Formats: sequence, structure tokens, C-alpha cells
Amino acid sequence: MSLPARIGRGIALTLFAIYFALPLLSMLDFSTRAKGGAEGRTGEAWANLFQDEDLRNAIIMSLLLALFTAVAMVVLLVPTMIWVRLRVPGATRVIEFLCLLPLTIPAIVIVVGIANVYSWVTYLLGDSALTLTFAYVVLVLPYAYRSIDTALSAIDVRTLAEAARSLGAGWTRVIVTVVLPNIAQGVLGAAFVAVALVLGEYVFASLLHFDTLPVEIALLGKSDASTSVAASLASLVFVSVLLIGLSFLHRNRRSSS
Amino acid sequence: MTTAAPDTSTERGVAVHLQDLTRTYGATRALDGLDLSIEPGELVALLGPSGCGKTTALRILAGLDVATSGQVLVGGRDLTRVPANKRDMGMVFQAYSLFPHLTVADNVAFGLRLRRTSTSARRARALEMLELVGLGQHASRYAAELSGGQQQRVALARALAIEPSVLLLDEPLSALDAKVRVQLRDEIRRIQLEVGTTTLFVTHDQEEALAVADRVGVMNAGRLEQIAPPVDLYERPATPFVAEFVGLHNKVAATVSGGTATVLGASVPVIDGSITSGAGVAMVRPESVSVSASPTGTASVVSVGFLGPISRVHVQTEAGDALMAQLPSALAVGLAPQDRVDVSIAGTPVLVVAG
Repeated sequence: MSLPARIGRGIALTLFAIYFALPLLSMLDFSTRAKGGAEGRTGEAWANLFQDEDLRNAIIMSLLLALFTAVAMVVLLVPTMIWVRLRVPGATRVIEFLCLLPLTIPAIVIVVGIANVYSWVTYLLGDSALTLTFAYVVLVLPYAYRSIDTALSAIDVRTLAEAARSLGAGWTRVIVTVVLPNIAQGVLGAAFVAVALVLGEYVFASLLHFDTLPVEIALLGKSDASTSVAASLASLVFVSVLLIGLSFLHRNRRSSS
Repeated sequence: MTTAAPDTSTERGVAVHLQDLTRTYGATRALDGLDLSIEPGELVALLGPSGCGKTTALRILAGLDVATSGQVLVGGRDLTRVPANKRDMGMVFQAYSLFPHLTVADNVAFGLRLRRTSTSARRARALEMLELVGLGQHASRYAAELSGGQQQRVALARALAIEPSVLLLDEPLSALDAKVRVQLRDEIRRIQLEVGTTTLFVTHDQEEALAVADRVGVMNAGRLEQIAPPVDLYERPATPFVAEFVGLHNKVAATVSGGTATVLGASVPVIDGSITSGAGVAMVRPESVSVSASPTGTASVVSVGFLGPISRVHVQTEAGDALMAQLPSALAVGLAPQDRVDVSIAGTPVLVVAG
């Protein structure tokens, strides 16, 4: 790369780093500042993440929701998409349309629509916030679909499946031992995006009155700004690490093939 | 797992019978009453243009497609309703089909793992098969690190590792370049003779079919037009379709009487299936036509194509027939478009059909 290009890239990266890091650093600064205008630093707000019971519960709840949503999405979507590719390719358009549908409907509209459904869900399954898993699986479908679809397109699923079948593999084996290992990165990517989305989702949880991390952060913001900002920063960093990890995953795949 | 394999499968091959197979996709008939018998240990090539049903026939034998009607018998067992994974057949596909996440050795051992063979026996068998296809030293590589020809060799080793009752080759050479194609084709034949597995080889390349097969079946519109050993098929095509498909035929006006035909002034014997008398069209091979420069010739050269050892000369006779002659390049030297030439044909038997 020529020198001017390298300088140009350096400037662009620096600007981007500042744009990205400055708010995070400000948040760190604000959340560790001593209270009441006093000088010095305090870790009080960060300790609250573990000591404040409501906040701690909300964090655990959100992490569990993220986990359940990712798992439910994988279990639901991966076999379906493989099956559609292998056995009913004619249904591809319908599945794609159904999976992308949540993207086209504003969250607020969905919430208003499913509020009635959720009164039944709560009645039948109790009022745990974990019941949000159902709504979140639908919410992450468009992103998960894209990721898995790309992975499936990168391999010749049909021929690989036929080769495995001629060698004696039944359908379950074909999916588990042949297709899945070859789309693992796409599935993992879909799971990461699901986790990131669930950890940041506010509209559903708030309007359906469940105490997840984003809801708790918003609530705390009115009473204890430092703790609220500490929790936001922790959540942001966690998701950023996840997504950066995801991009490394893609890079590895490209260099190995 | 071995229930689908008759006892004879590990020794020499088993007989295969496809009986009255029909396969329709909506309104199109891919197979239209196909009957095909393959002897134990025999290699039969199915040859035909795309859409003639040859691949459908192979896929039905493999269990990857289902016949609308008809029967599939292998070693005397009716497999018509048996799923692909219980049929015990080895298959090599046109598209590269190695599992990308497994090493070459693990690919070859895949079918054995499903049969619960012990790890050491699996390993040994995989290496043995890789040696057979000449890739023993590549056992720990991944498919992405191999050339196309090597990948197809591994696919062949993988198909043979399970000691299949029948070996199915679905245009295994189509994706390869010309030189590798010829090498691998000869190697497939060598290996097939060595293991003695009954084999069905599907291809659209007539040279490939004639070079490897014990018998070649020419398919057209979902049926077998003719099935015969390569030499018979080449010398005595039963129908105009077969004649055209296996050898770039010239069509020349002819008259038949008493078992001989008069073609371009020469008298040549006719083969079975020809008309018995009257005017018709003779199917003449390019290598049976010879041309020689002559100022008083009755034909003129249209073009000359140089192909190295041989040349192809297109001529137009005064009677209006367009002919292609194939002759050693030494004899075509000096011929140029517009030259007057004499055209004669050799006395090899020809097929004459009603014009």
C-alpha cells in the first residue's frame, strides 16, 4: 500500500476509534466519579451491578433470555432451513418471507398485537420474564435467517447429503454429521446476533412489564445515574466483544478456504 | 447395516435389473419404460444427450429418485421401495461431493463409520482405498487442498470403501479438464476390473463411454435405443439416432437393392436395420470418406480443419450433398477451399434409412 493510502487509512481508523471509544470512555469516567461533586474515584456504581438485587436479577434474567432465545432459534430454524433446502425447495420463498416479516413490522405494532396473547401466556406459564423468549425468537428470525442462509449457500448441501445417504446415513445423521459441521460458523453467527439483540431489546420488555436489563437500566437512570451508566457500559462492552468475535469468525473462515 | 448386501457382493458383482421404469415430472416423461440388465461385474455406460433420462435412471437405481412405476432388482432383491441409505451402493457425483470438514482419510472412512467398523480397521481400509486410487500420501489433507481430479479419485475411493454391491458413476469426469479426464477414465476402468463391482456409468461423452464400458446403452427420450459392446455399437448402429450420436455422420442419398447400397457411385454392403430396397439416406462415417485433388473432380472443398494427426475436410458435391471427410493430415496437405476434388467412400457396411 502506498504511503498516502496508509496515512489516509490511519486517519480514518483513528477518527473511527475516537467516535467509537469517546462515548464509552466518558461513560466509564461518569460511572466512576465520586458522588456529590467530591473529588476522586469510586467503584460504588460498578459494585451495585452485583449488590443491587433488582439490577442483579435483571442482568441474570437478560442473560438467560439471550441464551434461551439463541438456543430456541437454532433448534427451530436450522433443521427447518436444511430440510427446506433438501426436500421442499419450493417452500424457500415462503420461509424467507415469513422469516423476514418481523423486520417490516415496527416493534411497537407487534407489542400491541401480542399484548393480548401474553395475558394468556402469563396465565398459562406464569409471569416469568423468560416467557419473552417466544417473542424474541420471532424478533431475531430475520437476522438469524440471513446468517444461516448464507452459510448454507456456501456449500452444495444437496450433493453432500446425497453422498452421505448413498454411504448409508439416515436423514438425522446427514443433518448432524454432514450439514451442521459445515454451517457451524453461520449458526454461531446467528446465535451471537440473537444474544446481542436480546440484550438490547427494550420495547417488548418494557411494554409487557418484564424486568430485563434494558428496562432496569432505564428505570435506574431516573434515580441512580451512575449505576445506570455502569450497567449500560457493561452491556455495551459485552455485546461489542461478541460482535467483534463474530467478525473474526468470518475472517478465519475466509482465510481457511 | 449389511442386510442390503447379498453375500456375493464382496466377491464379484451382482446382477442389476431395471424393469419397465417410468418416471414423470408433471407432464414430462424422464423415463418411458426403460428396461436395462447389467451382468454381475459388468460396466455398462449409459450414453445420451442431456434430458434423455440417463441420470434419472441412475438416481432411481441409487434410491435418490423414485420411479413412477417399474422395478429395481439388485442381486435378485427388489429394492424399488428401499431408501438410498439402505441400498449399499457406492456413488460418485458430477459435482465435487467430499465433505469439506473431514480429511481425505475420514471422507473415505465415512461409510465404514456408519457401519460401526472398528477405528483401526476403518483406518486401514481407507488407506488401502487411497492407495488404490494413487492418493495414499494425501490422507490427512482436506478436500479444498486437492485438485478436481484428485477430489474425484477420493470420491471413488470413498464409494468403494464400503464394498458396495453396485458402483454408480454420475458423469464423474464432466467437471475435469480434458487431459485429466482421459487419465482418470482409464484409471476408473482399471480399478473397476480390479474390484469387479457391477458398475453403471452415466455420461454424455461418446468417446468416454466407448473407452470404458463392456456395453454401451444409448438413450433417447427416456428409452434405450440400443445396447451393445462398443465395437458393435460403433460399427452396426441400430437406429439413425445411435448412428448420429456415436459418430458425426454424413447423410448421403443412396439406393438399396439386394443387400447392397449404391452411395456416391460406389457399392457398399448395408447393415441390419436398413431399408431393403429403394431410395434412402446412407449414414456414412467421416473416416470412410476420402478426397483427393483432381482438376476434373465432381466436388469442391468448402473448408479444411487441421486437428494435428488428422484433418477434417468439408466438401460440397455437384449433386448437392455436403460431406465431411476425416483423413490423415498428410493426405489433406495442399487442399484449400474452392479446390476441385474426387470423393470416394470405403466399402465398410453402412446403415441406410428411409429418406
